[in-house]
Amino acid sequence: MSENGLVHRGKVLTVDTMNPSVKRVEYAVRGPIVQRAVQLERELREGVIKPFTEVIKANIGDCQAMGQQPITFFRQVLALCSYPELLEDNRFPEDTKTRARRILQACAGGSLGAYSTSQGIELVRQDVARYIEKRDGGIPCSPDNIYLTAGASDGITTMLKLLVSGEGSSRTGVMISIPQYPLYSAALAELAAVQISYYLDEENCWSLDVCELRRALEAARQHCKPRVLCIINPGNPTGQVQSRQCIEDVIKFSAEENLFLMADEVYQDNVYAHGCRFHSFKKVLFEMGPRYSERVELASFHSTSKCYMGECGFRAGYMEVVNLDPEVKVQLTKLVSVRLCPPVPGQALLDLVVNPPLPEEPSYKTFMEERTATLAVLAEKARLTQETLNQVPGLTCNPVQGAMYTFPRIQLPPKAIALAKEKGQAPDMFYCMKLLEEKGICLVPGSGFGQRDGTYHFRMTILPPTDKLKIVLAKIKEFHQSFTEQYS
Amino acid sequence: MSVLDESTAEMKRISASVWGNLETRAVQIMAEIQQVLAACLYPPLLDDDTLPADVRERAQMFLGHCVGGSIGSYPECNGITKVQHSVSEFISRRDGATADPDNIYITKGSTEALLMLLRLFAPSAHPLQTGVLTPVPSYKGFTRVLSVQGAAMVPYYLCEEEGWSIQIDDLRKAIQIARRHCNPMALYVVNPGNPTGHLQSKDSIKEVIRFAAEEKLLIIADEVYQNCVYGEGREFFSYKKALVELGPPYCNLVELASINSVSKGAMGECGLRCGYMELVNLDSSMDQNKIFSITPFAPVLGQIALDVMVDPPQPRQPSYPLYTQEVQSIKRATMNNVQKTLEVFNSLTGITLQPIGGGLFAFPRLHMSQAAIDHAQERDLHPDVMYCSRLLEEEGLLILPGSKLGMKKGAHYIRVSLGAHEDMMTEALRRLERFHLRFLHEFPCSALAGGHAHRPAPATPTDLPPPPLCEAL
Repeated sequence: MSENGLVHRGKVLTVDTMNPSVKRVEYAVRGPIVQRAVQLERELREGVIKPFTEVIKANIGDCQAMGQQPITFFRQVLALCSYPELLEDNRFPEDTKTRARRILQACAGGSLGAYSTSQGIELVRQDVARYIEKRDGGIPCSPDNIYLTAGASDGITTMLKLLVSGEGSSRTGVMISIPQYPLYSAALAELAAVQISYYLDEENCWSLDVCELRRALEAARQHCKPRVLCIINPGNPTGQVQSRQCIEDVIKFSAEENLFLMADEVYQDNVYAHGCRFHSFKKVLFEMGPRYSERVELASFHSTSKCYMGECGFRAGYMEVVNLDPEVKVQLTKLVSVRLCPPVPGQALLDLVVNPPLPEEPSYKTFMEERTATLAVLAEKARLTQETLNQVPGLTCNPVQGAMYTFPRIQLPPKAIALAKEKGQAPDMFYCMKLLEEKGICLVPGSGFGQRDGTYHFRMTILPPTDKLKIVLAKIKEFHQSFTEQYS
Repeated sequence: MSVLDESTAEMKRISASVWGNLETRAVQIMAEIQQVLAACLYPPLLDDDTLPADVRERAQMFLGHCVGGSIGSYPECNGITKVQHSVSEFISRRDGATADPDNIYITKGSTEALLMLLRLFAPSAHPLQTGVLTPVPSYKGFTRVLSVQGAAMVPYYLCEEEGWSIQIDDLRKAIQIARRHCNPMALYVVNPGNPTGHLQSKDSIKEVIRFAAEEKLLIIADEVYQNCVYGEGREFFSYKKALVELGPPYCNLVELASINSVSKGAMGECGLRCGYMELVNLDSSMDQNKIFSITPFAPVLGQIALDVMVDPPQPRQPSYPLYTQEVQSIKRATMNNVQKTLEVFNSLTGITLQPIGGGLFAFPRLHMSQAAIDHAQERDLHPDVMYCSRLLEEEGLLILPGSKLGMKKGAHYIRVSLGAHEDMMTEALRRLERFHLRFLHEFPCSALAGGHAHRPAPATPTDLPPPPLCEAL
């Protein structure tokens, strides 16, 4: 072909030739509203006058971005692991040095810079297994069933990749709650899996009803092969902490209907409400006896990004697989080996998370103080948020029992709804965009998470520092009132 | 099951890392990086002068770029802006042509970049499976990536006689055949080559670009070994630079993804998991936000290491002498390994090795006698697997048989890593040589090059004490 001929030929990769599944993927947490927020921040920096002096980003569950302090012990040990010459430095307590040496010894070449095996450093997996055993009252956990990940999202997408197959009406169906953390809907869209939505009960603190699971499943059987049930506990965006009874019901349901259970438990330390407790799916499964514990296939996910650690930037976590078919496990091991290995500093961090200072160790006191304070502040902010928002006419907020978010229901005047629809925008997106432009507050509209038709919500994190949170809540109150008036 | 699979637990641990041969010399993270990471992890280290001034400055600057001033927060999708800029400046300096930071995507390593890129067009909207032209020999990591994404591998054979160079005719042949059963959309090149060690000339690169333009292919240029170049007057040319030099229409037309990583080259920070992809000439209809998968973030510590790699200490800075010394010493060690390897293989009969222009592997060809081949086949083994199994058994040395890399039947190869400590390399070559001579004695070749056919066989393994376990090479 002549060079002239070349000029007119199109590109290989265009919106028309690209992977249709990827084209469909939306990820609300980093979607258009966040892009606009970033733009506004840029404009503010350039000196453009706005009705606000800063953009407060209450859209993403990033604790340290909002001022939560990292745990000193973790950072000290990791600094020692990164630069072992510091082992001679007296500012570091003895227990941090012991930990650092132990971790480095377990790393290939004695360094965080070497590849580890793809399943993760054996020592870390052993420590994770011990942590799980302790957490679950002694129920055995094998390090062989632990896969270290580059974060829970990484583990979840890996498992889904393994589980999704089939064509047409036998394409894998995956059950996920509405509302849900949009990683799931995005992953399912990208894998071209069939999403089977089950509605959480807003009138009852976002609890899960097995009848609803059954309804969703029956309906789905017509057009797909349901195989997987995903549950987020504590919930995101809803913040509910499921009762033990509920967890048992879900396990029974999975056993009856032959579903692979995926339990996203990244907020397991973020439990605030009185009378609520975190029960791991693994623990409940085994306490239900061999009829279930020997049958139900379960993958549980945890990460270093949430709870009191808030170390999102490390990309670290683990998943525990239970009752996996041995041949599938071989495939899983092969699949994780394609990416070589999870980031090694993250594996080291995870080791510290599951192996915190013991009472007799020098770092214990500070560690406990920091951990308790962080969780206490979150609990207080959860309470404050719930109370304040419930005082706003037109906003109803379920108790924030756990996790890091509130997902209040908003009453929107019909005029606003109509206007939004004219613009081709989801009504709560219209609301949130206005809130951003007028008050500089970035939230995520409920439509990004899923909600019952005709209802509208937004998700706000409870992470901004308390004084800022109070400002945010006050501004939301103001805005909601003026918005309602404007469109009445 | 081959002997390799049945080997001891300790061996198995090494065998498990065959995709990422133990580059033990590279696991000493450079001091500068160690220090910057430590300071970012534990900012109180910035309060005194335990660490050099430039280290503290860099750490401070980094923390300033992290949301909330902490490396624990989520970085931006495409990468920390500062790192994107450092990378684009590095590319601009290297190529003498500006690189746009918006075209830089920071990833969790080169494999992640490949996965992210491939998923954009495998599957595509086309009814046929997406095909990717892939060199043979290649490395298993890439073929696994193709398999995971469901793309078809379209092999094009590198020309061994010409130092494993790319032949346009072979490319053309490959794509013509491929079009019958798949939709070829991309051409994957590795420069410097893995495992071949071939360093592509600028002319060859331009030829390939023209071919890709004519055949409507996106070029994926895997350039992770760009820091590993050997030989007098040899220089690495990036695909990007060649593309720019070609001028219009190519420079605006050909979609090029260039990939690099902190895992190779002088640094070797494999465990930190960080790399980047520069993507140019993307069609305007493509939404850049879709480039990233839903789990995009590269770990912050890895991004810091990447930043140091592309923006190392400068001559007037306190860390400069030590950093430069470390880089030089690693380069020297690798050069020495290359030298020794060439010497040993060139002196042995029954082995031929093409010149090593770059990369971290040697990929010599074994010329085995029919007797040796028959011996292997009787045991249901590929001849090169048999060779490697016996090497392992008799000398405790683990190397990769070439048949694992999809080489054509009837030709046998081994792959040896050049990344080990010098002492390790010397010892490994000694064992390999010893073994090879015994092997030749047992299975003599006729009509040989090198004239060493009549050297007496060294002592058989039973005469020697069991050798200590050697690292995988």
